[in-house]
Amino acid sequence: MRGLIFRREWITGWLLLLPALVFLFAFTHIPAVTTILNSFFSTPRGRRQAKFIGLDNYERMIADPVFWKVLWNNLWFALGTIPVSVALAIIMALWVNEKLLGRSFVRMAYFTPTVLPLIAVANIWLFFYTPGFGLFDQITGTLFGWPATNYLGNPDTALNAIIVVTVWKEAGFFMIFYLAALQSIPVNLKEAAQIEGAGRWTIFRRITFPLLMPTTLFVCVNAVINSFRLVDHIFILTDGGPDNASALLLFYIYEVAFRFWETAYGATLTVALLILLSLLAISQFFFFDRKVHYK
Amino acid sequence: MSGLATYLDRFLNVFAAWVLALIWVLPLFYAVWTAFHPAAYEARFELFAPLTLENFVKAWDAAPFARYFLNTFILVTMILAGQFILCTLAAYAFARFEFPGRNILFALVLLQLLVMPDILMVENYQTMRLLNLVDTIPAIALPYIASGFGIFLLRQTFMTVPKELDEAARIEGASFLTVLWKVYIPLAKPTYLAYGLVSVSHHWNNFLWPLIVTNSVETRPVTVGLSVFSAIDSGVEWSVINAATLMTSGPLLIAFLLFQRQFVQSFMRAGIK
Repeated sequence: MRGLIFRREWITGWLLLLPALVFLFAFTHIPAVTTILNSFFSTPRGRRQAKFIGLDNYERMIADPVFWKVLWNNLWFALGTIPVSVALAIIMALWVNEKLLGRSFVRMAYFTPTVLPLIAVANIWLFFYTPGFGLFDQITGTLFGWPATNYLGNPDTALNAIIVVTVWKEAGFFMIFYLAALQSIPVNLKEAAQIEGAGRWTIFRRITFPLLMPTTLFVCVNAVINSFRLVDHIFILTDGGPDNASALLLFYIYEVAFRFWETAYGATLTVALLILLSLLAISQFFFFDRKVHYK
Repeated sequence: MSGLATYLDRFLNVFAAWVLALIWVLPLFYAVWTAFHPAAYEARFELFAPLTLENFVKAWDAAPFARYFLNTFILVTMILAGQFILCTLAAYAFARFEFPGRNILFALVLLQLLVMPDILMVENYQTMRLLNLVDTIPAIALPYIASGFGIFLLRQTFMTVPKELDEAARIEGASFLTVLWKVYIPLAKPTYLAYGLVSVSHHWNNFLWPLIVTNSVETRPVTVGLSVFSAIDSGVEWSVINAATLMTSGPLLIAFLLFQRQFVQSFMRAGIK
């Protein structure tokens, strides 16, 4: 009798899961596996079927200078966006958490970029960067008398220009998590420190910052995943140029698969991205306390 | 710290917070400025420049934005409805049922937090071609409907529902679906609101996958429509582009300004869980 009830519970559980699992497998797990399989085949063209070519695609990838370039760009992009946006997020949260003149306006200002589409944001920033006519050149021209600069057209500055837009877009989003964390810190800790005569900086360094550590880890993981994912604005701002100076890995995958229609090579590049992401997951598993934020 | 130093310290903090806030709204302010003024004032900021709605009219006439808005609206509704149904059922199973394979399946669900459908666009496009769905709105929606994030979030919420409530309802003869509908879902309302806001704003803003899988006016969402519109180099004026930009983000922006508190709390709630 008892066994029968258990069976029924099993079946109910499986049935409840079924619809979600069908979609999850169809669009996440199976594609992930076929991506790996397809990376060992050639791209089918017209009547010509895909044929097994072993590691040829991988050899091509290793020899592809553009692949290494976008990988390098991605690293710079991550290093440029993550520390700055996380630091800004902490500062923003500290400010907004205190009694501040016009606090709701300030909080709104910080958070607004989060709700705007990245593609629309790029349109606005494109104008800021316009040589001569744009806001940046107008400011630097009037203040310092600098000549017109083509930030997006110069290989040395294009990626940095993209980084600036990304930091602007992300900082307010991360601020929210810090704000939530700050509100859960007991006030008496801070008061006790104040009685002991600790200054603001000491309180931050010794009490607030360590207590924010779980949030920082959570935000950093998010930020790293985002650094592989956020490419929308590149389409509008630089289209990966000049000479791939601002192309990121996901953008390059798009280009290879949907502009040059080399789907097999696109799959190979996707495998590289999947490997990077799993390395990330594994390091998170080993280095970080997994109880952080998840119960 | 002496009184004066404290005062100065406070002042500097408020000042810096405001400077940063002003820098942060500057892009949006600028977009509003150009969109509501004639093209001649694109880079000239005069307090009494004449206001106009002409840029919006021009943008609206130049591209089928009405259709794009309809597409986005259908898309967002479809995704949200699908997510609510599938994620609720799956979350209920994970929260309150014992069955073999539960932990493995849950790990597979969580895997989607890392490997998002966008990353697998090459294969997902092949799938859509196989299903003959390329260039349809369902093709944009399907990969996102079973959301690992949604399942996780709802499971966490369902687990906080007291078991006694569940058992009491069952003793009265309610089926498990009735219990879900009458006990769990009403208690999880704040989570649904939070998840709904996050999901709607995410998919309203989504670009890459819709760009790949659509290629006609009848299916394109506003983000892709906007990129097509502003990519025409044939001298579309900045003020018109910015009017279009504001238009596409307008509904979300207005919703955000009206429900600011709920938005911020929703994002917080979605992040903490």
